[in-house]
Amino acid sequence: MGTTTTTVVLAGVGGQGTILAADVLAKTAMAAGLDVKLSEVHGMAQRGGAVDTVVRFGEHVASPLTDPGHADHLVAFELIEAARMLGVLKAGGRLVVNSRVIDPLPVLIGKAEVPDGLEARLAEEGATFLDAEALACEAGSPKSANVVLLGAVSTGLAFPVDLWRTVIAERVPPATVDVNLLAFELGRRACGEGGECLL
Amino acid sequence: MSHTLLSGNEAAARGAWEAGTAVGTGYPGTPSTQALEVFARMEDVYAEWCPNEKVALEVAAGASMGGARSFVTMKHVGVNVASDPLMTLAYTGVGAGLVLWVADDPGMHSSQNEQDSRNWGPFARVPVLEPSDSAEALTFVRDAFEMSERFDTPVIVRVTTRIAHSKGAVEIGERVQLEESRGYEKDLGKWVMMPAMARARRTLVDERIERLASFAEKTGLNRVEMRDTALGVVTSGVCYHHVREAVPDASVFKLGLVFPVPGEALREFARAVDRVVVVEEADPYLYSRLRIEGVEIEPIPLPQAGELTPGLIGRALGSEQPDVREEVDVPPRPPLMCPGCPHRGAYYALKKVKAIVTGDIGCYTLGALPPLAMMDSCVCMGASVGMAHGMTLAGHGAGRPVVGVVGDSTFAHSGITGLSDTVYNGGCATVCILDNRITAMTGHQPNPVSGKTLQGADAVEMDLEALTRALGVTRVRTVDPHDLEASVEAVREEVAADEVSVIIFRAPCALLIKEREQPYAVDDEACTACGACIRLGCPAISTVEGRKASIDITLCVGCGDCVQVCRFSAIELTGPACDIGGV
Repeated sequence: MGTTTTTVVLAGVGGQGTILAADVLAKTAMAAGLDVKLSEVHGMAQRGGAVDTVVRFGEHVASPLTDPGHADHLVAFELIEAARMLGVLKAGGRLVVNSRVIDPLPVLIGKAEVPDGLEARLAEEGATFLDAEALACEAGSPKSANVVLLGAVSTGLAFPVDLWRTVIAERVPPATVDVNLLAFELGRRACGEGGECLL
Repeated sequence: MSHTLLSGNEAAARGAWEAGTAVGTGYPGTPSTQALEVFARMEDVYAEWCPNEKVALEVAAGASMGGARSFVTMKHVGVNVASDPLMTLAYTGVGAGLVLWVADDPGMHSSQNEQDSRNWGPFARVPVLEPSDSAEALTFVRDAFEMSERFDTPVIVRVTTRIAHSKGAVEIGERVQLEESRGYEKDLGKWVMMPAMARARRTLVDERIERLASFAEKTGLNRVEMRDTALGVVTSGVCYHHVREAVPDASVFKLGLVFPVPGEALREFARAVDRVVVVEEADPYLYSRLRIEGVEIEPIPLPQAGELTPGLIGRALGSEQPDVREEVDVPPRPPLMCPGCPHRGAYYALKKVKAIVTGDIGCYTLGALPPLAMMDSCVCMGASVGMAHGMTLAGHGAGRPVVGVVGDSTFAHSGITGLSDTVYNGGCATVCILDNRITAMTGHQPNPVSGKTLQGADAVEMDLEALTRALGVTRVRTVDPHDLEASVEAVREEVAADEVSVIIFRAPCALLIKEREQPYAVDDEACTACGACIRLGCPAISTVEGRKASIDITLCVGCGDCVQVCRFSAIELTGPACDIGGV
């Protein structure tokens, strides 16, 4: 048990739509006939705090949680959160990073600084960077950045594209289906749909 | 039958609905909140948010007494509030089934303490069920209603954050069709707990626990999984799944009914394995119950504080864990008050008078963090009011004024009695009610001031001014916290008064305002880098080169608080000619 389970951690900032993205991933895995568990924390953490969500799927999933050094994929919705959560990724795990920085309050008020060299550190771990907001705007709405990131991570997961598209169409607000499907597509292309990014 | 992906809270709501439950009550509290919200949206049910958990349990008890299956939801600290009726409802028993959904928060993701609600089982002498995932959340809640009626007792279904907020596949079913109403028959011996009747019921309670203990030996709620007999793990809840991941070969005694525990079955399990260990979060609850049942347990080095994970359990049981990267040092990201949050103006005013602020539970607790840093205590729902009075008794108030800060929902929950005390005993503290019209932190649930009920009906709005005056406060005033000058003036005058006073800071939660005002921008030329706007702690304002301010127009909602604190008129509405700011 456990060895056949795939673990994806989605890390971001409250309000970035990590929970919806995690939900789409979980439902896609379920639609593919797999057992799924998703664990999230909300409440106080959601008010602009760091938020991470764990999605695990496989033949049979036991724990909804993961440990440092165990995640197969880390999808970071923000650069600082990528660095904060890096420890969760297993050796050789796949790291997809939105290169946007959202300054935490201590930085906003001048009490702390974003350390230099975060991108370089993440690049050492083989990170794939993309500008999810720019691609989301290209798709038609900056709010679809979370679905851009799903598109990016999807290239490393073995689910058929049509399955993803069906679940996205069901899960997002009806008026935004086209925007989100395009966002997904742009995320896939940014992360080498067609091969080079596939694990 | 079909499978669907549900959180533990959603599954519990479904379970209650399938059990034919007619009435749902509760008070919002992370991680329990969605259970009642989801239940409220189901067909043929009545559901309400109550001012607090005590009232919620009392309403449910009345509905149960009247013959309707009733479901009550709350977080762990809510049970403290509801414990008064709970302890005696264990004596009266129920009419129709009465089930409490209680969500604990190990790790304190969104709570002020860690409590282990399993302890209410032996304390109140009520059965406690503990599901391990969403699928069991549904079936256990359904089973709990059957148990409640079969054993004539309230039943607690205890979960933790990782059950309530985790999603998994759930098999959903149909709603059972119960008889319309089971009616009510007068029964003084059962429902009127005067000493003579209570003494008789006390004996029945013990007999009930005996019957439940026999039931525990046979019920399918508990499960023994024999594998390698070198190690036997006794566990419950989400820890069961962690254990399966950490030590897949171990034999496991999975308890679903955690009070009372099946002593004989546990002793038999202990005899069948070489070593017995207990894996549980929060308190050594199962450990204590097993010791009482005479089971020898090998201690293992697991932390009591915080959550467990498969890795922590694996390490405690000697399995190897992978190497972990060195942590990257990055600045913390605490939660913060939203742009346009009305609480900011109230704290700005309190800072002007250097108040000692006894605080309370809600979004406004975030005012304790820098740069506002304007809260001195946070203990429990409503504590701000009594503690402010208490601080003045200790001699404070002459030099620095003492002010209690409480939200509208928290005031309705537990602040009214504190204010009554302050008035009655001639206290002089100032109480600020931050009235944003909603219970915001838990996700915008309506409350007695909101004018709406949980199921969307119009409701009478609690008149806070009339209420506080009726309690005997003569100095009651209302101010818009976005008017900083008026806010400062109100605070200055009320803290100077030699009697109790109430300031109601009234403006809706920023997230309730759908249409944004025009955002502001900083005129770089005029900005002197004085830092006044930065000290408001608005996420839309940041320091840039030369410590000057910049406003992120994608975040700014145009509340105008920063404009009022800028003495150099450097903040103006965005227009075509303006620098749009941002970093």
